Amino acid sequence: MAEAVLEREFAELEVPRARGRLREGLRGYGLIVAMWVRSTMTYRTSFVLSTVGNAAITLLDFVAIYIMFSHVDALGGFTLPEVALLYGSCSASLGLADLLLGNTDRIGARIRDGSLDTMLVRPVPLLAQVAADRFALRRLGRIGQGLGVLGWALCTLDVEWTAGKVLLVPVMLLAGGSIFAAVMVAGAAFQFIAGDAAEVQNSFTYGGCTMLQYPPTVFATDLLRGVTFVVPLAFVNWLPALYVLGRPDPLGLPGWAAFLSPLVALAVFVPASLAWRAGVRSYRSTGS
Amino acid sequence: MVDDALISLDGVEKVFDVRRRVGLMRREKRQVRAVDGISFAVARGEMVGYIGPNGAGKSTTIKMLTGILTPSGGRLRVAGIDPARERVRLAQRIGVVFGQRTTLWWDLPLKDSYGLMRRMYRVPRARFEENLERCVDRLDLAELLDVPVRQLSLGQRMRGDIAAALLHDPDVLYLDEPTIGLDVVSKAKVRGFLRQLNEERGTTVLLTTHDLQDIEQLCERVMVIDHGRLMYDGALGGLHSAGSVGESERTLVVDLERELAPISVPGARVVKVEGPRQWLAFPAGSSAAPLVSAVAAQYPLVDLSVREPDIEDVIARMYAGRG
Repeated sequence: MAEAVLEREFAELEVPRARGRLREGLRGYGLIVAMWVRSTMTYRTSFVLSTVGNAAITLLDFVAIYIMFSHVDALGGFTLPEVALLYGSCSASLGLADLLLGNTDRIGARIRDGSLDTMLVRPVPLLAQVAADRFALRRLGRIGQGLGVLGWALCTLDVEWTAGKVLLVPVMLLAGGSIFAAVMVAGAAFQFIAGDAAEVQNSFTYGGCTMLQYPPTVFATDLLRGVTFVVPLAFVNWLPALYVLGRPDPLGLPGWAAFLSPLVALAVFVPASLAWRAGVRSYRSTGS
Repeated sequence: MVDDALISLDGVEKVFDVRRRVGLMRREKRQVRAVDGISFAVARGEMVGYIGPNGAGKSTTIKMLTGILTPSGGRLRVAGIDPARERVRLAQRIGVVFGQRTTLWWDLPLKDSYGLMRRMYRVPRARFEENLERCVDRLDLAELLDVPVRQLSLGQRMRGDIAAALLHDPDVLYLDEPTIGLDVVSKAKVRGFLRQLNEERGTTVLLTTHDLQDIEQLCERVMVIDHGRLMYDGALGGLHSAGSVGESERTLVVDLERELAPISVPGARVVKVEGPRQWLAFPAGSSAAPLVSAVAAQYPLVDLSVREPDIEDVIARMYAGRG
């Protein structure tokens, strides 16, 4: 009996309620990620091949744009290095979010087969477990490719660099990654209700990125309004990149709006996390 | 409500909204009461069998007790914690084994999963080593520790899962069908281990099962649930007498060459006929061998199988006895 009491004490001592959920989540995330990396390494050849393949496919993606520019000089008034800036920044941002939370879209499958149950009985916040699920290092490929294109753009561009512009480049990547991450969390939350909506989620992340690779000037105004004020993807790279390039926003937003990106990135987590909580509470599990 | 109850439920309900498609676009909304006002208390150190037919609400109850599902009504506490509200904190106090779902890491050696449990649950290393050693010893896992989980047999994996659920010294262990699909040897090993765990460490165990022997060998107390309501709560012996006219029966299923009138052999009675197949009930305590030879000697026998008595039979007879 004394032993039982002792056990309870250590259980309570080890997880004081005051400890931030965020810290707990990050710790659990790290533990699970490490397990997936080890799992991946048991199939070393497969890992190498898929990483190389991943990088090759994303590279071809940019080659398509490069080929397009061998026929035209400008796209929506943007030169190749300018488009490369857009391409590289959103690709690296999405790559970052994809690496860290990319498998949240698998939650639909886990909800349907009931394996989410096993996550719910562990002492780690569910979102951390879902984000770490099937963590795949091969996704570094996309980040590398995005940073490569971005680096080339920054070297080639004829821009008068100011302190603000220099600062904005890393801020853009991090804020962009966060916005994509929030969209992924909201998409995962939606799957609690919609069952299998991975494609809806992907249309906002991968689809959004495909759009952001091109200059905003080629799109209709209504679409631009939507991605600025509703799902604020324009803050991922369009507005910061326009500032760096010294170009005006087609919607007429002032230049300082570019510096709102980090704030927007934080703000979108509010509805995303509320949606996530509502989703978890509505979880129904499977038959048995 | 008992004061020192480790688990207590008071009028707990779970209602699901079920949408059914009627016609092309129209949907009909219907409410299903999976758990319909259940109250019970389990004291520290008890070992309780929680049984009932499929869809009776067993799993739903267990899922509310583990914090997976949020109750629609009523009050529920496990070790003083409201599971749905403080799921993560509760996780430190409970161990859960889902019979048909492993929590082990498929591609990694078994011991890697245990290492993760140690860190995830922040088990002090000395205590972890001690708990692991005991589990390895008693569940016969020594030779499996370095084997990737995907190479383990079902029985080995189940033993591995049970160990994984106990490394953080939980107060309560929930087992959902712990012996499903296991061979006789594995079943015996698992049962022996659970009994020892309960006796020596005082771990409270709540298990759902379809296997009557699990209950007979492990649980002094049985709860029967059906249609979301608690139908019986007491000793297993009481369940037998509440439901049956005597002891439980085994069933010999025989396939004859052709359709025949109900056959007659001493020591058994025909309970069901379906074409050339007949079901013969005989006392659980007696051997099937003489019966088989008697049938084979007198009738054109093609094939046969023996079915052990299970929970469903006992419950079915319990209702029959009442009705």
